[in-house]
Amino acid sequence: MLAKIHVTLKDGVLDTQGKAVHHALNDLGYEEVQGVNLGKYVEVQLDGLSQAEAEDRVREMCQKLLANPVIESYRFTLDSQE
Amino acid sequence: MKCGIVVFPGSNCDRDSFHILKEILGLETEWIWHKENSLKKFDLIVLPGGFSYGDYLRPGAIAKFSPIMKSIMEYAENGGKLLGICNGFQILLECGLLPGVLMRNISHAFICDTVPVRLENDQTPFTSNSSKGSVLKLPIAHADGRYFADENTLKELEDNDQVVLRYCDSSGMVASENNPNGSLTNIAGIVNKSKTICGMMPHPERQADPAWPNVDGQVIFRSLIQSS
Repeated sequence: MLAKIHVTLKDGVLDTQGKAVHHALNDLGYEEVQGVNLGKYVEVQLDGLSQAEAEDRVREMCQKLLANPVIESYRFTLDSQE
Repeated sequence: MKCGIVVFPGSNCDRDSFHILKEILGLETEWIWHKENSLKKFDLIVLPGGFSYGDYLRPGAIAKFSPIMKSIMEYAENGGKLLGICNGFQILLECGLLPGVLMRNISHAFICDTVPVRLENDQTPFTSNSSKGSVLKLPIAHADGRYFADENTLKELEDNDQVVLRYCDSSGMVASENNPNGSLTNIAGIVNKSKTICGMMPHPERQADPAWPNVDGQVIFRSLIQSS
């Protein structure tokens, strides 16, 4: 099973990297760009867990290590692999 | 007074701290390897600056789970004095021993400079050897030093006098122009509620050897000696 995890800054936390990329895209002529949020993408390979167990375990991994709950939120999907 | 300096893979100010505590101030000082599981008796533990675990994921995030950190958390919860400098400050925040977080500098640049900071509270074991309002010139060297906390946390810090250092100009004026990294209210260093744990971005250990005329950093270590 493969957990695909996105970690992003919470609303209201200044995303300076996103802002810099936003400006760069505008400078390149992409004037339609209204906002950019930068985050992290993490893939975690899991073995021997049911879907429900994997959900619990991955949530725990996010809370303990992968995201900093003070400024970041997370979401993930679980893909079963061949 | 017995001091311990924790060495993580990637620590790089551990030797500077050791040099100041042992050679300059003559204190009994020992290394603490990150893989150790138990802690001897110490009066001060320093989490030094550097890039523990390469700053992977977030600065301090992996160091939090080093084997030694369990004993250090216990030590801190029992009132042991703990000083986190730069990356050490980041680790203290990741561990939840201090509130808030340090984010990427607002300029996105790594800042290496010597800046004035104003001492905001002289009633802590880390600052008692100076007086409130005095200005220290201390080096900073970081990419992730922008202090951030939610409104309630910030209010709590202010209400409990937990801010110990703020970036300022050479006369001690705190304003946004003197804020090198975009920290909320120019915060450069804080303590916990019981004032036994201190984290700061400036490096007092790099400004404490009399081989160099400025020894402002000694204030922090002399305060700790005074209060031991």
